[in-house]
This record gives sequence, structure tokens and C-alpha cells, in this order.
Amino acid sequence: MIETFLEFPFLRNTLFTGLLIGLIAPLLGTFIVVRRLSFIADGLSHVTLSGVAFGLFLQKKYALMLVSPFYTGIVFTILGAIVIEYLRGVYKAFQEIAIPIILSVGVGLSVIFISLANGFNTNLIDYLFGSVSAVSKSDLYIILSISVIVVTIVVFFYKELFALAFDEEFAHASGIRTRTIHLLFIVLTAMVISASIRIVGVLLVSALMTLPVAASIRIARSFKQAIFYSIIFGETAVIIGLISGYYLEIPPGGTIVMTEALILLGTIMLKKHVHFLKTKG
Amino acid sequence: MANPILKIDHLSFKYEDQMVLKDVDITIEKGEFTGLIGPNGSGKTTLVKLILGLEKIQSGQIHLFGTPIQKFKQWQKIGFVSQKANTFNRGFPATVYETVAMGLTGKLGYFRFLRRKDKKKVFDSLAKVGMEAFASHNIGDLSGGQQQRAFIARALVSNPEFLILDEPTVGVDTDNVGRFYEMLKELNQHQGITLLLISHDIGSITTHVTDLLCLNKTVHYHGNPNDYQKMSDEERSQFYGHSMNTVTHNH
Repeated sequence: MIETFLEFPFLRNTLFTGLLIGLIAPLLGTFIVVRRLSFIADGLSHVTLSGVAFGLFLQKKYALMLVSPFYTGIVFTILGAIVIEYLRGVYKAFQEIAIPIILSVGVGLSVIFISLANGFNTNLIDYLFGSVSAVSKSDLYIILSISVIVVTIVVFFYKELFALAFDEEFAHASGIRTRTIHLLFIVLTAMVISASIRIVGVLLVSALMTLPVAASIRIARSFKQAIFYSIIFGETAVIIGLISGYYLEIPPGGTIVMTEALILLGTIMLKKHVHFLKTKG
Repeated sequence: MANPILKIDHLSFKYEDQMVLKDVDITIEKGEFTGLIGPNGSGKTTLVKLILGLEKIQSGQIHLFGTPIQKFKQWQKIGFVSQKANTFNRGFPATVYETVAMGLTGKLGYFRFLRRKDKKKVFDSLAKVGMEAFASHNIGDLSGGQQQRAFIARALVSNPEFLILDEPTVGVDTDNVGRFYEMLKELNQHQGITLLLISHDIGSITTHVTDLLCLNKTVHYHGNPNDYQKMSDEERSQFYGHSMNTVTHNH
């Protein structure tokens, strides 16, 4: 089955992209989930949509084929991340309000650009639900660059990111520039989200960052274990989801997320079972 | 004579229109074990935030190790055990080792990884609080008292000279509170760490500290805890405007 993916170049691009995303989405997702920021991924993915819609609009109206909607999506998401942080600073007492603001502005802009670009087309559907055949070679290189940047920064700033996630006050008191580290983290999140939409689509991108982590934190004892298991689950879901999506002719976003949901269910059942065995004897 | 560890002069602080601290003067010398008590809303936690640089000074001045706080850079000399340490997310997937190693983050600085000698420091620090056997346990699975020890180990791992503890006995069961104070005494007397302990628990604090500080927006008493113990209720209630004995615990 996997041979087909290695045989055709366009499927090979998809598989490599999928494997990269299966690594970086859960890696950053672990920090997102433990910091209770899952909703930020949702808010940002809708900003990605507006960027994609803007790109489609440019293509349609000005025939700017050089500017792929994928690139405008990345730029919009990073800007959206910075705006979220700004809003969270403005509304100190109601930090969560930044998300509905950014989410609705994202969807509002999307609607406007989509209709200016003459409505829905298959291209847009690919961006919404993901696609097995949408990844071009240049997309793959962009996603590879993003992955290298994300992994490098997480490795080098691991101890700061971990301290910030566990106890922000302590991190601040021990002299870490928490605001800078947090901004760096949010920009990385934006990069991962915009990279992931090629495969899973805008609507399911946050699932890729949260479901594998939801499963891994049920069985992990340490933070490093939590990251490790979530990557294993993420990669498993990407491989199974891509192959089954291709053969069943379903956008891979759906099959990947449902595989992740099954893994999550499995870990919940396993933990219950182990707990049952422990209490029994 | 060496500079005092902490020197606060005429410190006042307002949250919007509300006066939280008014003209506070405090000096803490090296080797002291100071207990800071005060009723709810007396500004204890705000004072700690100001000392740690988590809030900006509005008026007055704080010197840490002789340096004005605005210019103070050696934060690794100060350890902090937060009140929040008790309310951390218990589902957080982190081991005791990972939690304690976090205490080295600031000292190591950016772009530095934990080396073998740093790992040894983590275990040494766990040994100081009698928790080395729990290094690989999940922090959320421990009892309140054990968690508190782990958080103290995290504060100790960077070898601080001054340790600030904000309500550390909240969530620690009464049987363990006594042992907890013994451990602090050991840190103070044998490791030479200057301690500032914030608590609303007057009963046990006064029997363990060398200096007692009563705060209610301003400093009402700073001196020997035994003299404070000998005072009558009326004398004490003058400090607060109402009696504080209602929260005295017997251990």
C-alpha cells in the first residue's frame, strides 16, 4: 500500500509532508495542551483560512500565480498570532476574548475574499478538509523549512518553554523573558498551523495538535514522554489516515482525525482497564 | 558590614485607587529566618511580587543584596516557592526530576543544556528535602507535603542565598507541618540560607522563626517572635484593628 505513495511523485510529496506535520504538530501541541491554549490553535486556523481566501482572490483577480494561497495563509496566520498577543495584553482581565475576536474576524475576512474570488471551488475545499494530491514540491520545501525552524527552536528553548508551560510566575521570577518566549511560541504555533493545512485542512488542524496529546498525557509520566508518545500517535494517525484517505477517496483530514480519535479512545480504555486490574488485585 | 539581603524603604503600592501597601520599611539581614504574617488583603502577596520584580515599584525603593531592584540582575540568588505551587495543574505530565531541573533554567541562561553536573545538582537538591527517592514520580501523584518539598527543591537547585516562601504550608497536612518547619530550620541554620516565610498561620510560625514581621498595609511589628507572643490580645489587635487570634492553630 505504502509503495503506491513512494511510486508517484505527488503522493511522495504528500507522504513526506504528512510525516513532517505528524512530528511538529504534536511537538508544539504538547506545550499548547498543557498551557490550556488549545483554543488558540482553533482561532489561528480560521485566520489561516482568511489568508488562503485572500490568496485565491489574488489568483483569480490579478492572475498572480506566483503568490500561492498557501503562502498568504502563512503570512496571515503569523500576523494573526501577533494580534492575538496584542489583544491579550489589552484585555488583561479577559484574555480569552482575543480568540472569538480573531476567529470571527478570520471567518468574516474569509467570506469576503471567497465571494470576491467568485465563491467556492475545489481548490478551497482542499484547503478546508485537506488533500492527498495538493502538495507541490515547493510546498514540501516550505513545510520542510518550517519543520526545521520549529524543531530547532523547540530544542534550543526547551527548558524555557517547559518552565513557561509549567509555572509562568516561577519562570518570570527566575529571570526568563516570559513575554518574548511566549511570543516566539505563538509564532511557532502559527507556522505549524499554516504548514499543516495542506494535509488536514483548516477545519481540522487544531485536532492534529491536540488529539495526539490528549491521548499521550493519559499514559505519560514525564513531559518528555508526553511529547514522545504524542509524536508516535501523530505519525501513526498521519500514515493510516493518508493511505486510507487515498484508497477510500476521502479528504485525509477526516481519516487522520478519526484515526486519532480511535487512538484516544484506545488510551482511555487502556487506562480504565489498567486501573480496573490494579484495584482488583 | 555587609549589605542587608533585603532593604525596603518607604514602599507604597496602589492597585488603581486602592492602597495595598503604605510606607513599608523592612530590613532583612543575612542568616535571618523571618516570618511575615498579616490578615487576608494585608498586601503580603503584593509585597512578595514587588520583591521578586513581578510588579513595578510605584514609590519607595527596594534594594536586593545592596543593589537597587531596577538594576538587580542576579535573580538566581533568590529562590521562590509560590503559593500557586499548591494549585498547579495536577494532570501536568512532569516528573519530580523535571520539576526540580526547571529551577536551573534562569541560572543556566539561554541556549544552554543541562549537563551532568547540573543533573547532580538536581539530585543534591532533592536530597536536601529528603525527596531523592521520588525523582521519577509524576509530580501530580504525590501528596501535598511531598509536592511542596519538590517545589522547595526546585527553588534550592540554583543555590539561592535568600529563599522566599509564600504560604508554603497550605495543602500540607497537619502531621507534616512540624517536619516541614524542621526542614526549613535545617536550611536556615546549616545551609546558611536566609528565609522569608509568608503565612497567615501565626501559631506555628512564631515558634520557628527568628524574626517576626506583622503587615497590614504597613509594618505593625518587626522583632522578636517571643516578645510578640508575650503581648496581650489587646496590644496585638492594635496592630490589625481586630484580633488575629482567631486563625491561630495548635500543632
